[in-house]
Amino acid sequence: MRKAKLKVYRGTADAGEFKDYEVQVEEGMVVLDAIHAIQAKDSPDLAVRWNCKAAKCGSCSAEVNGMPSLMCKTRMDRFEEGEEIRVAPIKTFPIIKDLVTDVSWNYEVNKKIKGFSPAPDDKEWIIHQEDIDRVQEFRKCIECFLCQNVCHVLRDHDRKDAFMGPRFLVRTAGLEMHPKDTANRMQYLKDEGHIGMCNITKCCTEVCPEDIHITDNAIIPLKERVVDEFYDPLGKVIKKIMGTDKKGW
Amino acid sequence: MTNTIESKAHPGRTARTDNWWANPLMVAVGFGVFIAYATFRTFENNYFEVDQYLSPFYSPKLAFDWWHFSPAILILWIPAGFRATCYYYRKAYYRAYFMTPPGCAVMGTSGTGYSGETKFPFILQNMHRYFFYCAALVLLVLWYDAIISFRAPDGRFTVSLLSLFMCLNCYLLSGYTFGCHAWRHLCGGAVSCFSKTEQQKAQFRIWHFVTKLNEHHQGWAWASLFSVGLTDLYIRSVAAKIIPPGVLF
Amino acid sequence: MATYETHEHDVIVIGAGGAGLRAAIEVSAMGLNVGLICKSLLGKAHTVMAEGGVAAALANVDPQDGWETHFKDTMNGGKLLNNWRMAQLHAQEAPDRVRELERWGAVFDRTKDGRILQRAFGGHKWKRLCHVGDRTGLEMIRTLQDQGVHQGITVYMECTISKLFKDGDKISGAFGYYREDGRYVLFKAKAVVLATGGVGKIYSVTSNSWEYTSDGQGLAYEAGADLIDMEFVQFHPTGMVWPPGVRGILVTEGVRGEGGILRNSKGERFMWKYLPESTKDGFAADEAEAKEWVEAAIAGKRTEARRPPELSTRDNVARAIYIENKEGRGSPHGGVFLDISYQDPERVKKKLPSMYHQFKELADVDITAGPMEVGPTCHYIMGGIRVEADTAATRVPGLFAAGECAGGMHGANRLGGNSLSDLIVFGRRAGAGASDYAKQLGGFPSINEKDIEAAIEELEAPFHREGPNPYDVAKQMNNIMDAHVGIFREAKEMEIGIEKLQELKKDIAKVAVKGDKRFNPGWHLCRDLKNMIVSAEAIARSANSRPESRGAHSRLDFPDTDKGKWATVNTAVSKDGDQMKLEHTPLPAMPEDLKKLFEADKK
Repeated sequence: MRKAKLKVYRGTADAGEFKDYEVQVEEGMVVLDAIHAIQAKDSPDLAVRWNCKAAKCGSCSAEVNGMPSLMCKTRMDRFEEGEEIRVAPIKTFPIIKDLVTDVSWNYEVNKKIKGFSPAPDDKEWIIHQEDIDRVQEFRKCIECFLCQNVCHVLRDHDRKDAFMGPRFLVRTAGLEMHPKDTANRMQYLKDEGHIGMCNITKCCTEVCPEDIHITDNAIIPLKERVVDEFYDPLGKVIKKIMGTDKKGW
Repeated sequence: MTNTIESKAHPGRTARTDNWWANPLMVAVGFGVFIAYATFRTFENNYFEVDQYLSPFYSPKLAFDWWHFSPAILILWIPAGFRATCYYYRKAYYRAYFMTPPGCAVMGTSGTGYSGETKFPFILQNMHRYFFYCAALVLLVLWYDAIISFRAPDGRFTVSLLSLFMCLNCYLLSGYTFGCHAWRHLCGGAVSCFSKTEQQKAQFRIWHFVTKLNEHHQGWAWASLFSVGLTDLYIRSVAAKIIPPGVLF
Repeated sequence: MATYETHEHDVIVIGAGGAGLRAAIEVSAMGLNVGLICKSLLGKAHTVMAEGGVAAALANVDPQDGWETHFKDTMNGGKLLNNWRMAQLHAQEAPDRVRELERWGAVFDRTKDGRILQRAFGGHKWKRLCHVGDRTGLEMIRTLQDQGVHQGITVYMECTISKLFKDGDKISGAFGYYREDGRYVLFKAKAVVLATGGVGKIYSVTSNSWEYTSDGQGLAYEAGADLIDMEFVQFHPTGMVWPPGVRGILVTEGVRGEGGILRNSKGERFMWKYLPESTKDGFAADEAEAKEWVEAAIAGKRTEARRPPELSTRDNVARAIYIENKEGRGSPHGGVFLDISYQDPERVKKKLPSMYHQFKELADVDITAGPMEVGPTCHYIMGGIRVEADTAATRVPGLFAAGECAGGMHGANRLGGNSLSDLIVFGRRAGAGASDYAKQLGGFPSINEKDIEAAIEELEAPFHREGPNPYDVAKQMNNIMDAHVGIFREAKEMEIGIEKLQELKKDIAKVAVKGDKRFNPGWHLCRDLKNMIVSAEAIARSANSRPESRGAHSRLDFPDTDKGKWATVNTAVSKDGDQMKLEHTPLPAMPEDLKKLFEADKK
């Protein structure tokens, strides 16, 4: 059976290096299996986050040969015989140890978004499938934060102070497009979440393990809603004359 | 939170081992060739009309006594502006020319000088829908040009390869124009409920169709970019008597 | 001595899956100060893995449904060993809890007329499972997570609790460490809710994540609570069997709910052979009737046709697959074939998107083009901490438990979809129970400094000794449980297993690790092993003490279900000094009006 060569980052942000490991490759093995094999055999203290091993929890985010990906979904047979497999922690968040990073910033951002706000009523909700297809796509998100990691606004420009990031634009889109939601998050998106920082270069969409069309279906529609509110004086006038109600009901 | 840009786990611009640079390079060359050609043709101010055929670069033909330059300048700002503010093109040229970022998980420019689309000039990208309105009108004229090209100068019905090519161009331009993200928002995406009223149901059907086009917006963008350039080249070649219009009957 | 940080909350909830989150929301809604502690990041708990749906008798699709039928199905599924009161509360309250989730932002799939859609599942008489494709658990946890966050619950992420403290007989707090850097933390609390989930990691093939190390069971046992029904471990019939890296990962019962067919290597649809006489009437008589049912389900129409045999209860299907393999009719990798590829590919992708991706990406199999290979995987433990039905209180004052770590609700076997509803029904009740208790308690009970020292010493010890690698010990435990207390059990095997577990205990007391306390999984496992061995031993002893087959407990030496004594008692284990004490306690008696529901059925 063939062996694979892995280079795994060991250490903290200030002190660390890529260490070499060899792992027996079994059929259907993924990178996370290889990391577990290293843990069980060579280094029980190798730090890695994981839960489900089935791409449902979004815990095992890392960068494999430079590409942000879920280790549980990255098959070892993708690599050629003898190819070196380099496993690094995600870059955008501070390293705690080895492959584990401090993603707590994301949870802080989430708190600031105004939650689901339906109008109070006691009747059964009648909502049709076509009304929620869009929302359901966004709710597939498993919060792996790969989109946050790859987003250059956070990654290269380190604008965590200004930009909420793709994950939370997706969440906001899911709230805004919910047929029963009554809140308006446009001011927030423009002035605090800074949706304008996004230049729709689509890396978030490229790395999303759930295949959510983050840019086309969440961010751009939100940008257009922000335009409705702040950058389209003509449209505002027309809507006023026609008396169109955006929320529908 | 510490800035993690200079971390030992992530030395250099990227750890990617694939040919991530190939795509932005192709885009840069592709746009470059088109822009050079279009600029040349705009200022050439010749060979844009022959018999019943009018080049899309010069249509609608705006001839005024007070205007002493190429009439193309009066009209080309519309398609140019439409494409420059298009959500797909933005992605492509931000990556290829501005390197924000050049590829996913590849560092281009870095630091905190980046402001995305929140400041002048990029804040003007929010005007995309106005360009869409104008581009849709221009497209109508191009369809008119294509249809009347089936009528020879002597009034007889004729079919030529050039006419068919003009139709193909209009078809591709339509697919591109009506798959526009801003239009997708305006025609129905802005609504949060699709099923309550007859108007919403109609909006849903339009939105659904536009969404299908929008999924391949990139393909339509490139195809129509080439077709519009080639249509012009064809007409120029016919006008310069290099090749015939290819009359079939 | 090592330092530790201290936090004070009226109630702490350990575990942030569906039950823990729901409990914390309830405590916070009742105006108390709550701390929610989880071993992973928030929103990663095992609840996200739940696929098929949440069972609630909304009667949106089958108007004949009602709580009584749900109650009866649950009790029948549990072979009448359930705590009747829990089953009743569960059936009665699940619809309200589901509607509440919707009001909090959960987006369920819809019927054509815009109501919450419900699908069929094994053991449920009517279409009852509210779902979101095959990611219902994710929808539930995200909804609860956001609701909790916006209510201002304090969350301690990646924090493991290693000890519960008592003041006299009352709970007074908990001690643990942050996984991130190993720093210690003390929680002072008036009440503690355990919602730590299950024990799957004691078996080698399991659908459970690393977190399922029996923490709640272990902590409660140490604190003096008793564990009931521990012999009832559910092996889900359909886990992935190939490739090895994904062995055990769940294939949702939703596949069968949507019309998936089970066949052996000879192409036979074998489930008909294994339908118990007592339930045969509820199932299609032949292929044609099963097909009619599936077609009606796809079209969203009502039908007189009865359900396909694949929708028998989980214990039954798991046994069938086991026997097919034993008799040489299994698939190449020791499973059977589950086929949904005869349906329209687009529909399969729409209704079972995660399954489609899971097989495509992890196993390189296109389920719209060919069958999946599936086999039994350890999935759920019906047994757990004994609680009072209405308040979720254990016998230790101030200690509450909900969700999988609590026992009683599911009896000898759990129906699919009853777990998610269990989480929200009893999560809420545990939160309310703990709040009421904390309110009447007044001040905080005290914590003995010596207990804290002992807790720190216990955690530090693996660094200061030579001993076996914790991963090796965990592997040995898996092997013992697989070999001696697996799907099919017999006395002589279990006795060997119990012996071996006693030996293993000695190793667990000696496990050692290197490195430091900063995110060190090996060190974490050292403490987890102590919890795991409690459940492993409890399962082995309880199983050995029940000389019959019932629900998920299958004995080769006692293949029949007893109608006498064993139908009327729960097995219970508790800590007695260094020993595990085993008792058989009588089932709570069902009141007459509920009994009548079953009698009416017999007529």
